[in-house]
Amino acid sequence: MNFKLPFVPEQASAAASEVDNLTFFLVGMSTFFTVLIAAMIIFFAIKYRRKSADGVGSSFENSPLLEITWTVIPLLVALFTFAWGLKVFFRLYRPPANAVEYQVTGKQWMWKIQHPTGQREINELHVPIGQPTRLVMTSEDVIHSFFVPAFRVKADVLPGRFTSLWFLPTKAGRYHLFCTEFCGTQHSGMTGWVVVQSPEEYQAWLASAPGPKAPSADGAQLFAQYACNTCHKPGPGGRGPILHGIFGTEVALADGGTVKVDDAYLRESILMPSARIVQGYEPIMPAFQGQISEEAMQQLIEYIKNPPPADAATAGTTPASRGNSR
Amino acid sequence: MNAITATAERPNFLTAEHGLKSWLLTLDHKRVAILYLISVSCYFLLGGIFAMLVRIELMTPAGDLMLPDTYNRVFTGHGVTMVFFFLIPAIPGILGNFLIPLMIGAKDVAFPRLNLASWYLYMTGGSLMLLGTLNGGVDTGWTFYPPYSSSYTTTNVLIVGIGVFINGFSSILTGLNFMVTIHRMRCPGMTWFRLPLFIWGHYATSLMMVLGTPVIAITLLLLVMERLFHLGIFDPAKGGDPILFQHLFWFYSHPAVYIMILPSMAVISELVACFSRKRIFGYHFVAFASIGIAVLGFVVWGHHLYVSGQSVYAGTIFSLLTMLVAIPSAVKVFNWSMTLYQGSVSLETPMLYALGFIGLFTIGGLTGVFLGTLGFDVHVHDTYFVVAHFHYVMVGGTIMGYLGGLHFWWPKITGRCYPEFWAKISALLVFVGFNLTFFPQFLLGYMGMPRRYHAYPPEFQVLNILSTAGASVLAVGFVLPTIYFLWSLKSGRPAGNNPWGARGLEWETSSPPPTQNFDSTPSVSREPYDYFEAAEEAAGRATPPAHSH
Repeated sequence: MNFKLPFVPEQASAAASEVDNLTFFLVGMSTFFTVLIAAMIIFFAIKYRRKSADGVGSSFENSPLLEITWTVIPLLVALFTFAWGLKVFFRLYRPPANAVEYQVTGKQWMWKIQHPTGQREINELHVPIGQPTRLVMTSEDVIHSFFVPAFRVKADVLPGRFTSLWFLPTKAGRYHLFCTEFCGTQHSGMTGWVVVQSPEEYQAWLASAPGPKAPSADGAQLFAQYACNTCHKPGPGGRGPILHGIFGTEVALADGGTVKVDDAYLRESILMPSARIVQGYEPIMPAFQGQISEEAMQQLIEYIKNPPPADAATAGTTPASRGNSR
Repeated sequence: MNAITATAERPNFLTAEHGLKSWLLTLDHKRVAILYLISVSCYFLLGGIFAMLVRIELMTPAGDLMLPDTYNRVFTGHGVTMVFFFLIPAIPGILGNFLIPLMIGAKDVAFPRLNLASWYLYMTGGSLMLLGTLNGGVDTGWTFYPPYSSSYTTTNVLIVGIGVFINGFSSILTGLNFMVTIHRMRCPGMTWFRLPLFIWGHYATSLMMVLGTPVIAITLLLLVMERLFHLGIFDPAKGGDPILFQHLFWFYSHPAVYIMILPSMAVISELVACFSRKRIFGYHFVAFASIGIAVLGFVVWGHHLYVSGQSVYAGTIFSLLTMLVAIPSAVKVFNWSMTLYQGSVSLETPMLYALGFIGLFTIGGLTGVFLGTLGFDVHVHDTYFVVAHFHYVMVGGTIMGYLGGLHFWWPKITGRCYPEFWAKISALLVFVGFNLTFFPQFLLGYMGMPRRYHAYPPEFQVLNILSTAGASVLAVGFVLPTIYFLWSLKSGRPAGNNPWGARGLEWETSSPPPTQNFDSTPSVSREPYDYFEAAEEAAGRATPPAHSH
């Protein structure tokens, strides 16, 4: 679309025009029904206005045909609307497999963001055009919500669990980032910018940004610091499962069930290890509930997901080399 | 069935007894209604002052009138006061209490003492809320989401939460009382399908009050436990789940939206029938639409959680159910509109409110379909679009119905007429002011302005100024009736028993009614809104039906 409609925010993601098209349909449909009802009321109120003080209405007070009509037509319209909304919704929340992951942590009252290549930002997120981008988000305190109007996406950011959203930026520019779940005094100050750049500009920005160390590299240090590597290692001393390569797989549990290893399961296993024990292992791991920050948690999980190449074979005992394999 | 002319100076419910004590210990449902009228109006004024403060702050992008903490307390005060102490009790407490026994030909509600107790519970809850407000207020929003409300804020969540908790029992007992009254107290001949639709609407409301309110009571109690005793229920740091709170909260608070709108729809049915002098089109469909809304209203709460981290499949189910609840509302709107067809329509003040209601509720309801649509909601969730939508339903719906009903039955309640000219001006101001206030907020929401923002980016300013201008017009529209209603008490023209030429038992007794409502137990021999039949009968073209079935 080349012209700019009033009251419609910039369309800067692939999903934006899909949401807007749905909106146009909803507005058109509602205008039709509103005008229809207003016209009925105004027309009848004039045509059948009271002509004498003791005038009364007719005895026409029932029509099964009309009742069926104005039940079935709105129902069909509503079901059609539901289906269209569902299609857009799944599009909004199902990231493609090649989406690049960024870590987002909300806290009163700022957004902390870490790039897959390690750069950190506060209240700003730089992303390149054309890169499917997935945000994995958590909160250090209360509930927040990550909203970029120009992308038409939003997801609540919760303490104690991960939520995610994704978008495909299509247009360079600076776009508002708002917190949309009330989070206390400076709620309306918990805003920032999403900066969409061309891939070249983005690379240049990455090179100039501070702290180019991948979260998985931080994770490797933490893996040693918390002494995870004393048990989660191959060989006779390995009293815990080997974690590298485990992400995304199904593992058998001691109680006979299975679980898919995802962010949520890794998180639970760190905080409350005895909740779901992998088959063949003893529940000997200490719980880390309350001892590990949300950022550290994300870095550990990143490390388990993407061990730096040097560590992949053994459970990381050496600090990671630069960057990760992505 | 013609009205019996009232004998002058006969004692009515207002003059039967005198003194403050006779009011505070009254068992008369009509006097309890007056108690609600006075107290609910005070809370409406308080909520309105909060609203004006919010609108004045939002005239400029910078947060320059109040500190952020003050602003957060003001919008929370607005929400808590309006939702729990105005919108929920207004129509059932005032019009429901006054009219249900009159409309079904009863002397009083089934449990008059319980009825008075409900008002005292309301006042106790309201006083605690006021105490909390005077002590600095609450800054969580009326939704009280944890862990902010349970572990972070230092404001008066406990006292206000307990106030809302106690107020809930007022709702539960009122609902129970109405249900028993409607089941047990109907006069001879008043079968279920001869009930005015006002009664059907209040029956559906009562059902929701009795079944839904205990859930919010439990939820607030759990919140208080977490805040006071640090039990881990909702705060993940203590081992709780914050989404659990949202499910429990909306399990009540979505039905609460229908608790607010159904009584208003009940009023609209009466107004449209009376001012069209015609039976409501599709009476049975309108009656069962109320019940349909009450039942479906309980299974749509998850549409408040589309972006909360709830599973996308849960979102799918809730979206589908939300679409279904739109249908009975649409059926009602079409039937009201069709009632005007071949009617004898006169546009007196109550009818202006009724037609205004239909227009605004149509927009409120349709934007509800917008929000129920998954892919659309994600973008506008927690923005001003949502604020605009629920004000169209709550203000455009509930308040339009409340004011329309108050104007309609004011002559019955007080025996006096209000000045029609000023009332029409006020109805017009409310309609115009309302649209000017809230329509720009739909646009703001789509542009991305989040709700509960003390300061905002400058590109949103123009629409915010329009909205504040509208709020000022709306305020005038609300102040005017206060003035002329009070004026009419002394100086209004005497109303007579039936100033509107309306059908229905409440119009057959004197205005104001005597304490026992009717001189002798009435009986009913026809369906309600029998304008056509009564006119035929008067013209000698039909014979009156045999009494009592």
